[in-house]
Amino acid sequence: MSDDATFMLDGRPIRFEAGQSILQAALAAGAFIPNLCHHPEFKPHGSCKLCTVKVNGRASSACTTRARAGQEVASDTPELNRHRRTLLQMLFVEGNHFCPGCEKSGQCRLQALAYDLEMLNPHYEHFYPPRPIDASHPDVLIDFNRCILCALCVRASRDVDGKTVFALAGRGTAQHLVVDCPSGKLGDTDFAATDKAAEVCPVGAILPKRVGFAVPIGERPFDIEPISVQAAHAAHAEPRG
Amino acid sequence: MFRLETAENPQTLRRIAIEPLTRVEGHGKVTLLLDDADHVHQVRLHIVEFRGFEIFIEGRPFWEVPISVQRLCGICPVSHLLAATKAMDLIAGYDRLTPTAEKIRRLMHYGQMMQSHALHFFHLSSPDLLLGFDSEPTRRNIVGVAREFPEIAKQGVFLRKYGQEVIRHTAGKRIHGTGAVPGGVNKGISRAERDEMRRDIDRMIEWALSAVHLVAELHRAKPEFYDHFGEFSSAMMSLVDADGAMDFYHGGLRALDADGGTIFDGVDYSGYQQVLEEEVKPWSYMKFPHIRSLGPENGWYKVGPLARVQTCDRIPTPLAEMERRKLVARGEGKPVMGTLYYHWARLIELLHATEVIRDLLDDPDLLGSDLMADKGERRSEAVGVIEAPRGTLFHHYRVDENDQVTFCNLIVSTTNNNQAMNEAIRSVALSHLDGKTITEGLLNHIEVAIRAYDPCLSCATHALGKMPLEVDLIDAEGTLVQRARRNMGPER
Ligand code: SF4
Ligand code: FES
Repeated sequence: MSDDATFMLDGRPIRFEAGQSILQAALAAGAFIPNLCHHPEFKPHGSCKLCTVKVNGRASSACTTRARAGQEVASDTPELNRHRRTLLQMLFVEGNHFCPGCEKSGQCRLQALAYDLEMLNPHYEHFYPPRPIDASHPDVLIDFNRCILCALCVRASRDVDGKTVFALAGRGTAQHLVVDCPSGKLGDTDFAATDKAAEVCPVGAILPKRVGFAVPIGERPFDIEPISVQAAHAAHAEPRG
Repeated sequence: MFRLETAENPQTLRRIAIEPLTRVEGHGKVTLLLDDADHVHQVRLHIVEFRGFEIFIEGRPFWEVPISVQRLCGICPVSHLLAATKAMDLIAGYDRLTPTAEKIRRLMHYGQMMQSHALHFFHLSSPDLLLGFDSEPTRRNIVGVAREFPEIAKQGVFLRKYGQEVIRHTAGKRIHGTGAVPGGVNKGISRAERDEMRRDIDRMIEWALSAVHLVAELHRAKPEFYDHFGEFSSAMMSLVDADGAMDFYHGGLRALDADGGTIFDGVDYSGYQQVLEEEVKPWSYMKFPHIRSLGPENGWYKVGPLARVQTCDRIPTPLAEMERRKLVARGEGKPVMGTLYYHWARLIELLHATEVIRDLLDDPDLLGSDLMADKGERRSEAVGVIEAPRGTLFHHYRVDENDQVTFCNLIVSTTNNNQAMNEAIRSVALSHLDGKTITEGLLNHIEVAIRAYDPCLSCATHALGKMPLEVDLIDAEGTLVQRARRNMGPER
């Protein structure tokens, strides 16, 4: 069954185009591999590690590993999913993620993955880090409590908007998102609600103001279909890159 | 000084603490101080309220607040959702809702009233009322009621369920939906949903009416007990509509004194601080609000069903109004003050809620698609008030130019009733416990009085008869003399 441009993902042949990563090829074929810091329009960042798969027995990030003919890729295995749950649990306790009061609920990729991977509790002790919100911009709010440091806003602002409004500062557990201007306030930058960076956040950290719960809870994308099922449908509707 | 609030020489007295150990909504306890002859010298209800509730909200964007505040209360989430949204309507610049949005919100609110009142009466209080205050405690619960009065228990379950369904259709979920958003609602009602609700409403009205009759009959059969248990006089406060009729969703504040005379009326609730003041006492986390013009000693009042059926001039639905008149007639020109009247009044309100729901379901506006109002001028401060199942609920916010909440003050229904609940248990302690050896049945009398108020942060939230209770008898030297325990498992 395998030919020049095919690898095996959990026993299923996936065709790929030259230059595609394993994750890109899998998603295009409607095969879901959990991911958080990936975005089809941006260069991979390889930081969240949710997409970790075993390629010919070796753990690698599917978003940064080139697809090659004949690879044996394992993704949906109990062991890898257990690791993914642990990663999610760590993300949940490192920030302040209170889904019940969060307006991104039902459209948040972190929450959607936690449901999809059956994360039942946070397991670890919450850090409860004190993180004030930045509401200085007239149209867009940053709630740092929910930032998972995926750097998508950093990439979008730099690569698409040409603005470098965001940057990641610090290392390890001290790493945090900063607004790149002397006051550190979004309102003092040339950021605009129409920027690409305003729409890429996978969680509820960068939000348009005063929208809130205009779409009822229960009618939101991930309320209707799990993220993995949606990814499969999206691939069939329009192949993504 | 309030009767039995403070004892002169507390160190010489025995202290009894009734301590239901609640898990979620904070915890309440009652302490009694007795002398050697078992005479009561002090009775207090202490409640640990939402601590940090207000601080949790400060700094948050205003449009998120209605959803997050309802999460902080597991008991009447829709009330908090609506009170906060009413405030945020004004903050966001929406003065008048569309008729469809207001009617959907009303439907949601009356659905909540129905489910909460049905739950309280049938699940939490009917065991006391139908089986007896000092009936066998292991059978004094909803299972016991179901065994002896299966039809009543069934109706209670369905009435509650119906209210929950109304909430589900309007808020999107049975609990913790969204529904109301600043400026209107985020979800319309479809014809199919309307028809589904319409199907059973007439039966609900019929059952609610028979529940009113059930409690009215208790008073008629044994007036000396039911009319006067936990009796004390007090002022009363609620919202009433512009015509003085009962309205749970909107209106002006009205307060009447114990003789039914007007203290204030038609007060725009955004100026609530001009008529009400909140006092703090060292022995309770809960604030003691009172009517400013009367001062802390005389200005306390009660809220909730028994206040509402008497502050209003009338109930604007026929069956409930007829029943209200029967209740009011028992006072022979004066407001009735017995604590157990709360149950009667609550069921009249349940009946009223079912009638209002029917009328709303028959209103063509309900199916409209115009859900959001036109936006006007933003405001930096606003108050939202509604009549929640347990009484008047105040939400007051200030929001800065960045849309962040900078100030939040809530007066929850149970807080409004704080002094009244203390008075109720003092009344019961004097007439039922004073000079007697304390038994489980007598302790339950205290609980019955508290439960009548359906306090939302306390004991009544626990299924009746399951309330964990530990009573310690400690002598003047602080030595444990006797310990009575209930539903707490084996002693550790
Ligand atoms: S704000 Fe959002 S997009 Fe930016 S790094 Fe944090 S989670 Fe990623
Ligand atoms: S999606 Fe590959 S590391 Fe985040």
